[in-house]
Amino acid sequence: MSDNKPDSKSTNGQKPTFPPGMKPKGPSSGPKLPPGMKPKGPPSGPPKSGLTGPVGGDGASVATKADFTSDQDVRWCPGCGDYAILATVQRLMPELGVPRENVVFISGIGCSSRFPYYMNTYGMHSIHGRAPTIVTGLKSARPDLDVWMITGDGDSLSIGGNHIIHIMRRNVNAQIILFNNQIYGLTKGQYSPTSEVGKVTKSSPFGSLDHPFNPIALVLGAEASFAARTMDRDPKHMKKMFMRAHDYRGTGFVEVYQNCNIFNDGAFFQFTEKESKSDRTIYFEHEKPLVYAGGTKGLRLDGFNLESIDLENGNLGVDDCLVYDETSRELAGIMARVHWKPDLPQPFGVFYREDRPSYDDLLHDQINAVIERSGKGSLKKLLEEGETWEIT
Amino acid sequence: MALKSVETLPEATVLFAGDSGDGMQLTGTQFTLATAYAMNDLATLPDFPAEIRAPIGTTYGVSGFQLHFGSVDIRTPGDEVDLLIAMNPAALKVNLDRVRMGGTILVNSNTFEKRNFGLANMISNPLEDGSLDKYRVIQVEITRLTRETLKDFDLNQKEIDRSKNMFALGLALWLYSRPVEPAKKWISAKFGKSPLIRDANLELLKKGYHFGETTEQFVTRYEVAPAKQKPGRYRAIMGVQALALGIAAAASKSGIQILYGSYPITPASDILHSLAKYKNQGIVTIQAEDEIAAIGTAIGASFGGSLGITGTSGPGIALKGEAMGLAHIIELPLVVINVQRGGPSTGLPTKTEQSDLLQALYGRNGDAPIPVIAASTPGDCFIVAYEACRIAVKYMTPVMLLSDGYLANGSEPWLIPNPDDLVPFDVSYAEKTNTTVDGEDVFWPYLRDKTTLARPWAKPGTAGLEHRVGGLEKQEGSGVVSYEADNHEYMIKIRAEKIQRIQAEIPPIEIYGDPDADLLIIGWGSTKGAIEAGVSRSIKAGQKAASIHLRFLNPLPADLGEVLGRFSQHLVPELNNGQLVKVLRDQFLLPMEAMNKIQGRPFGPSEIATKIEEMIG
Repeated sequence: MSDNKPDSKSTNGQKPTFPPGMKPKGPSSGPKLPPGMKPKGPPSGPPKSGLTGPVGGDGASVATKADFTSDQDVRWCPGCGDYAILATVQRLMPELGVPRENVVFISGIGCSSRFPYYMNTYGMHSIHGRAPTIVTGLKSARPDLDVWMITGDGDSLSIGGNHIIHIMRRNVNAQIILFNNQIYGLTKGQYSPTSEVGKVTKSSPFGSLDHPFNPIALVLGAEASFAARTMDRDPKHMKKMFMRAHDYRGTGFVEVYQNCNIFNDGAFFQFTEKESKSDRTIYFEHEKPLVYAGGTKGLRLDGFNLESIDLENGNLGVDDCLVYDETSRELAGIMARVHWKPDLPQPFGVFYREDRPSYDDLLHDQINAVIERSGKGSLKKLLEEGETWEIT
Repeated sequence: MALKSVETLPEATVLFAGDSGDGMQLTGTQFTLATAYAMNDLATLPDFPAEIRAPIGTTYGVSGFQLHFGSVDIRTPGDEVDLLIAMNPAALKVNLDRVRMGGTILVNSNTFEKRNFGLANMISNPLEDGSLDKYRVIQVEITRLTRETLKDFDLNQKEIDRSKNMFALGLALWLYSRPVEPAKKWISAKFGKSPLIRDANLELLKKGYHFGETTEQFVTRYEVAPAKQKPGRYRAIMGVQALALGIAAAASKSGIQILYGSYPITPASDILHSLAKYKNQGIVTIQAEDEIAAIGTAIGASFGGSLGITGTSGPGIALKGEAMGLAHIIELPLVVINVQRGGPSTGLPTKTEQSDLLQALYGRNGDAPIPVIAASTPGDCFIVAYEACRIAVKYMTPVMLLSDGYLANGSEPWLIPNPDDLVPFDVSYAEKTNTTVDGEDVFWPYLRDKTTLARPWAKPGTAGLEHRVGGLEKQEGSGVVSYEADNHEYMIKIRAEKIQRIQAEIPPIEIYGDPDADLLIIGWGSTKGAIEAGVSRSIKAGQKAASIHLRFLNPLPADLGEVLGRFSQHLVPELNNGQLVKVLRDQFLLPMEAMNKIQGRPFGPSEIATKIEEMIG
């Protein structure tokens, strides 16, 4: 598959050796560059990410994007960022090698949540905010399934806020794609929990007073074990993030900046459009130095904060940049807080990854351990448990 | 040793009452077990406060356990108490009105002192002020006798005082000629790891029993002969346990994996506690983050081909409403258990009520009928849980199961069922396409069974049957999203019709009492014992009365209209402000009379009998 070796599937029931946040620092934890490491330009997508990549090794029928496309007309507004996300997922599916019948898409309510109808897999369009609960139940009952959850900023961060935090801490083995467009689309344009302060909408004619959530920081605070961010305008990066989330055994959370061209057009243009993207974004990767703007700028640590440094004036070089370590909770915290800063580029990539057993693995390990210890239960014995007496 | 006379009673009601920390629930449970060993029929009513450890000595910290037992058919925990064992003044104050005139009150006299009168807001000592003149009062220095018994044990004062309930238990066992062995066995097992505590408790139990024999205070000892019960192996069962066992039976008989998602709530938490232990019975449990998550996990499991179940009490049901609507429209099996308690809002969390019937029948947005079935005795919870699971799967629908606090915590002797005797419970999943569109074989998830109108259940992992479900209205047959007007009306009606067809599962109504009576009592849920005992009492007194009891509240039995028509007077007793009576009046346009009690306590047979007399007298 792609270059995500660090995520090779952990084995069933593997236990973390260190409590969360106590992982030993690798050689890349400090602001130093491993020898011979060259600064990188914009990231390249996974090799051979063609439209209909070959599946699995058995040489059987080769699934294509079309196999994962349902016969339903897509009903999003023309020009919506959702189209790009849908196409990316449909293109990714054949590459994953998971039989179509084992794939399930679960969503809540909102524009993004219509997604399952367009996938020719099993799926459920459930109720507002509750998709994480359906996913938790489904994976607990059927750990064998490949479950994807589709949600939005209103669905997961507002009405479903309680569930998103709990699925994160449990670490249910599923992928979550959160379409963040910083607006309520389906209800026609009210401010959302990620809208910026002062946003003028129908429900905030004098500007929103609500301080917004930072979704990555939120899930990290909720004990997320895998958190990444990507954008609708970069299908290659998007696909890579989805694949990495999929390869991760646990809750693979991916926030996607998605443009709502009707109610919040251009919300992310500074990060997604050619004119400003290079200076305003940084694509960061595990064990690589934090450089951006075509290699002309970098980020280094100044105490607990990141600062932008000029790599062209001869004073500072790539060696001065922080080398990112996606297994460091501390760095993830610092990186997550680089959020809409005027003097720093917005980060895109995998913020954090922690090897922690998934909930569904633990659940069935426990069940199997009980069965191993006391044997398969007998109903007759269960009914006669405790004090009984005979009446003749 | 004083010579005691022995009196044989047909039945008796005993109430143990004390502080929350006095171990009254435990004492009651052990007395119940001994009574079961004595082969009496019995019914129990634990009555405890919502506070875990309310301040010692106060009235709001009083915990009680009532037990009615006899050689006759016992249907309720008893109308009036024959023996009240009160461990402190507050326990006496709270429960005095339940003791029959001339009944016996046994008090721990060491606690009847000024400080405790103050805590219980009593102005004088009831043992001296004449307020107990209508009762037989027995004063026993339980605290002092306990301390004396254990003076040579290396235990501190607190540990010694905490054991005094065992002295009371021993005394009560002697008084009603119950066997001591079950309690001895229990103590030995319970405190096996701390021999000192074990020996102390065994010693107190023995001393309490001997005290009865030696003291001059008791001149009479009672006996209650064994009841005539169906032969077989019995155990004592509480409603919550029976529910959990019914679920386990459903898993075992069907072979289907069950996922129980629940959020802790009184009085339903014990279902989760039981099921969490049944890991090797094909049951997965999840303690969810909230009530909505609990039902969400159950729906997710059902989508995966398992049977999802969620359990809660009224406030939790209020939160699950939207998800029940989802389960109704996507037509997946789901069982929702409501162990009702006093409402509205937080209401009376530890007291019983039947006030969620209308919520169960109508508490969802849109027209979303679901089957509603109610258990009538603690043991009946087993069958009802099994049936709820079976019907949910057979008809692909959420099913609401109503229990209540009285059934949940009350217990009765239970003839252990033979798993082979349970009705078969088969599950079948769709395995191949079921129709053809433009010459192509396709799977339509909403193509219904002609008899039950259930849709096929295709579980993920089945190749070729990939499909999407959701809360949006769908086209009949294909299941694709449809906003078409006529289709919506059709779907609303066909889903309702599917629920109505569950009538086929309901056996003909059995009439209890005198079928030629003018008066018919219609009951549902946990009032069955009280209603039938009341009817029996009236019949014995020469009056004519009959009753029927509804297990299915939706759909109602097919022959209900015909049965109601045979009687000219109708009475509907409920532990609410009149709910079933509204449903019946609406459906049958009969002038039914409501009888309501909303006090957090069940009906007693005498209340029913009195009402019968009033109506036909």
